[in-house]
Amino acid sequence: MRYAETGYNLEVDLSTGNIERVETDPRWTELYLGGLGTNAKIMWDRVPPETEPFSPDNLLIFSSGLLGATPAPGANRTIITTISPQTRYMAYSMMGGFFAPELKHAGYDKVIIRGKSPKLVYLWINNDKVEIRDASHLAGKGAVETQELIKQELKDPRVHVAAIGLAGENRVFFASIEQGRSSASRLGLGAVMGDKNLKAVAVRGTKDLNIARPVEVIQFCDEVLQYIQWRQANPIPGVMPILAVLGSPQEMAVTDEKWHTENFVWGNARVRRKGFWTEEIEQKWKETQESVRTRLISCYNCPLKCGAIISVPGISRYMMKCFSKLTYTMAAFSDLDFGFRIAQRATEYGVDGFSCPQVMAFAVELKEAGILSDKDFEGCPSDNEGRFFWLLDRIVRREGIGDVLADGTYWAARKIGNGAEEFAHNTIRKHEQAPLKLGMLNPIYYLMYSTNEKSNITQIEGQFPQAPYPTREEREEFVKDWIQVPNERIKEYFLKWEPRGEFSMPFYPGIKECCEIVDWMERMHYIDDSLGICAGLSSFPLKPPYHIHNYPVLISAATGIDIDEEELVKISKRNRQLVRANNVRRGLRREDDTPPADHWKKRFPEYEKQLLDAYFEYKGWNMDGVPTKKTLRELDLAYVAEDFEQRGIYKDGED
Amino acid sequence: MAKIKKTIKTVRIDIDKCNGCRACEMICSAFHANPKYSSVNPERARIRMVRDPLKDIYLPVYAGEYTAAECMGRDIYILDGREYEECAFCRASCPSRSLFKEPDSGLPLKCDMCEDEPPLEEPLCVKWCINDALIYEVREEEVEEEEKLDEMEIALNSLVDKHGLKKLVDTVARMSQKG
Repeated sequence: MRYAETGYNLEVDLSTGNIERVETDPRWTELYLGGLGTNAKIMWDRVPPETEPFSPDNLLIFSSGLLGATPAPGANRTIITTISPQTRYMAYSMMGGFFAPELKHAGYDKVIIRGKSPKLVYLWINNDKVEIRDASHLAGKGAVETQELIKQELKDPRVHVAAIGLAGENRVFFASIEQGRSSASRLGLGAVMGDKNLKAVAVRGTKDLNIARPVEVIQFCDEVLQYIQWRQANPIPGVMPILAVLGSPQEMAVTDEKWHTENFVWGNARVRRKGFWTEEIEQKWKETQESVRTRLISCYNCPLKCGAIISVPGISRYMMKCFSKLTYTMAAFSDLDFGFRIAQRATEYGVDGFSCPQVMAFAVELKEAGILSDKDFEGCPSDNEGRFFWLLDRIVRREGIGDVLADGTYWAARKIGNGAEEFAHNTIRKHEQAPLKLGMLNPIYYLMYSTNEKSNITQIEGQFPQAPYPTREEREEFVKDWIQVPNERIKEYFLKWEPRGEFSMPFYPGIKECCEIVDWMERMHYIDDSLGICAGLSSFPLKPPYHIHNYPVLISAATGIDIDEEELVKISKRNRQLVRANNVRRGLRREDDTPPADHWKKRFPEYEKQLLDAYFEYKGWNMDGVPTKKTLRELDLAYVAEDFEQRGIYKDGED
Repeated sequence: MAKIKKTIKTVRIDIDKCNGCRACEMICSAFHANPKYSSVNPERARIRMVRDPLKDIYLPVYAGEYTAAECMGRDIYILDGREYEECAFCRASCPSRSLFKEPDSGLPLKCDMCEDEPPLEEPLCVKWCINDALIYEVREEEVEEEEKLDEMEIALNSLVDKHGLKKLVDTVARMSQKG
């Protein structure tokens, strides 16, 4: 018997209509856990680097994590993997919500979709009965609307649906997949779904999921819940409110946006507006938010309320979480009311809340610079907000200039030419980043930005405080109950870290220290993404309930596979290398590991090179960013090393 | 008959505090698994969420008595602008719907407030609802002492429910004549 996982994947070929339930190899669970880990393995085995993102051979994998649907609070993430049309690398965006637990109760760990349907369809997974159904009546429907229509059609309100909107259907490179209060938005997964002519995946499951050592798991979960309650009642002092508690940044609950509006940048990720947050604005935005926020809501089996139902008068309801509240507002130099209104349309269209506003602001800048012409904007309303709605409509329909913009700033700039490249200044690996421009180089963030292939900074941040505490006393207080650190050294680095002077940024934490900190923070994300546990209870916030020391207890008790801390670290390294390997095989090299040039004003090119050299070495990569043979062999990935060798990825004589 | 004190266990449900996470369903199904906690499946839960986020409907309902026949109730309630079917509030395991039935056998489910030995401090749905949408309350009430039915009476009662007293009496009479 398999525990925590179902032991079955659903294989769907949309070209032929063939559907199979396939038993998975239990050895894979021991090697890669599940979720991101096994997704990366499947991509490695089945999607060779020649495969184009919009090829029938590209896979689109909807995966639960190893612990998804178990009693572990927050074990609800769906990890979606494919080749991104924008970066052309392996993409893995994730969503919370209710999809993955429902999938597990239907009897599957993953749905692996290949091929391309000749007409628009949706997939209906109802326990053992799986159907490919006609979706021609859903063409052009909104992503939220589609979920509702499918639930009505199937006459079951307990069905959970992941759907694309018009953006996905039209293969917009930053199209999202929407599901309830959640979405997998980054890297254009929705475009691949649209290319496969798959409008939605609906799932309903009523089967048991077994737990290996039940009493141990429940005791563990009891402690997690108690800790969450204690932690929410005792916010971390010395950090801003959205970071002081657990969960995804509490954007739906918190109305004080002084920090974001004055430190993040407006328009096409350029303009910092110091002094923006006046009392008048605070009052107005607070009123706006409170008037449209109907209820704070959660994902499956999680007590934190990171999302909200948004009801703007005159338009249909939708759900929101995190930072999309501000991305449209700030891209358009507008106000929060506009933000909530356009986000509703953007959610129905199904677009990413970071890329899409930035693409529109980029277009506006190009127009102002005379690079885009009046002809490109023919029919566009003259008012600022109207212009953004107009651009959004053009982009998701790929009409006129919208067709060019729909590929994202990087590709659009190259098509437009005439100096447009200068305006696509905020991408890493061709993917739009959070609109953040700062003063002094932060070496920790430098490494995270450069090397993390999740390609979204907000999802790779971790548990080391973002800024030093001013006094030694405060720092000592902070480390007192800091049990989540992998070792005592991390505490020492934090204790020594000062806002100014010898032990401050950019040279402290030093190179070795930064490598250790970043490696630890990244590791926790890799573990979460394989287990399907939300980063908001683990890798993302300060002092979370799940950490490297207690995860092995939970994993072992839930699965019956005894994994100790050392083994878990090894698995996380293996998964990390495997994701890297997928991309190295597709051409990823050191040059791709570059943050936007203007991310920090004060840069230290020589020091940055030393940082990256040291981190590559720490990760077991050569100076091109390719995992070495030795590293791969140690992690039972000799097959990757052989493949690299055959493809001539290694230089002669390299080990 | 004598008056006796009876402990009434209730759950106060504050819908405004519900965040719709369904932890109550999950832990209920785990507690009632055999062996305890050995599996999870919200479909087996004795508490279910009537949940329609876009209509802002979040209604936890507990499983009550089994009923052999469906009732006439198909009315619509509008409360605070939200529309509920009458069935949404009903605790019955009823032929008109799949709610509160074991998914494989179809046998009815009923909330037992997590009866356990030794007794739990509170039902687990309440414990796991740390947003306090579910609050456990115990009060004592004076009630008439109930006549306790013996096992045979309980068994016969269910036959009476199903076939009617007359048919049962006739059948027993016929059987006894056959000797």
